[in-house]
Amino acid sequence: MAMHVRRLLTVVTEASLERALCADLERLGARGWTVTEARGGGHRGQRSSGWEPDANVRIEVICDAGLAAALAEYLRATYSDHYAMVLFVHDVEVLRPDKF
Amino acid sequence: MLKMDPVVLFFVLGLIAGLARSDLRLPAAVYDFVSIVLLLSIGLKGGVELAREPLASLARPAGAVLALGLVLPLLAYPVLRYAGRLARPDAASVAAHYGSVSAGTFAVAVAYVTARAIPYESYAPLFLVMLEVPAILVGILLARGLSRSTRWLELARELILGRSVLLLLGGLAIGWAAGPTGIVPLDRLFFDLFKGMLAIFLLEMGLIAALHMSDVLRHGAFLVAFGILAPLVFANLGAALGAALGLSLGGVLLLATLAGSASYIAAPAAMRNAVPEANPALSLSASLAVTFPFNIFVGIPLYHRLALWWTGGG
Repeated sequence: MAMHVRRLLTVVTEASLERALCADLERLGARGWTVTEARGGGHRGQRSSGWEPDANVRIEVICDAGLAAALAEYLRATYSDHYAMVLFVHDVEVLRPDKF
Repeated sequence: MLKMDPVVLFFVLGLIAGLARSDLRLPAAVYDFVSIVLLLSIGLKGGVELAREPLASLARPAGAVLALGLVLPLLAYPVLRYAGRLARPDAASVAAHYGSVSAGTFAVAVAYVTARAIPYESYAPLFLVMLEVPAILVGILLARGLSRSTRWLELARELILGRSVLLLLGGLAIGWAAGPTGIVPLDRLFFDLFKGMLAIFLLEMGLIAALHMSDVLRHGAFLVAFGILAPLVFANLGAALGAALGLSLGGVLLLATLAGSASYIAAPAAMRNAVPEANPALSLSASLAVTFPFNIFVGIPLYHRLALWWTGGG
């Protein structure tokens, strides 16, 4: 079975950003994304997943390398100064490359 | 001494569990469900009673209360900015939280007046609706000025379609349309279970407040003092306005409680998006870990006396 390499961009950030961030992803050309609720801790304190002002989400986007870099740079420049945000990118293999 | 309502003891339980780092945790869906039921209950109850009153008579109190919502953050801002030496965005954000209102505090006050059979105006939930949004918009203006980069229309849409305004207005409309007899089949869930729902809501609020206690200590004495003094001053303004509008004892008490309460749901979400440079821990910890407990334990009984004084009964 042929596998195709794409990039997976993962963003862990504040739940209050979800709507704005997904609008950005769509505008910048992402063809799909997955949002899950998340919790954890870090230098901004405990982030629960229950109560919205304290809640985190994890947003995942699979796309080509160029778009992943562009998205990561845009999100870093726009949000990371003032919001709790962790961004990372790695390679994944997908079965249906036309979807991403 | 006025007797404490047992529902507020659930807040204490949550607070103790949280501070002791118990693993007690309410699923997010339960908190969402309980707060939706509470908001709808408050709206429905007001709506049912509204069906007996001419709607035109509401314009004057609604307008006056909306104006109060615009004034409160303007009073809070200079105190926070100059006495508290907070940065401009932080001062504006805290001012927005304290100008806006807490539906949870209102629910406790409604339970308080109901338990004591104190009469109040049926349209009091409308005050909650009128006070929620204006202060948030004023807070954003204080932080940003009339900046073109602020998407005001989008912001207003989000605030008005936010959970609390939508459910309160929706509940008012449904209650009004159904009337006292039409609402009977829904009584069990929305009215009979109100206090049980409120108890679970307060348990969760106690757990959340416990998480924010350490933030309060970090930000120091000014924030604690502000979190107690601002409600006292604002509740007096609310009571004075209520008395000027000729409200009953319960109406004055509820308006004083609303003016003295601080938002911890609508304002944090809106300020986080519109004024990202404001530190959310500052306003949230003051509102949630200082003002909310102060109001439900000390504030409401105190505002009762205040209301008695303003309505000439005390």
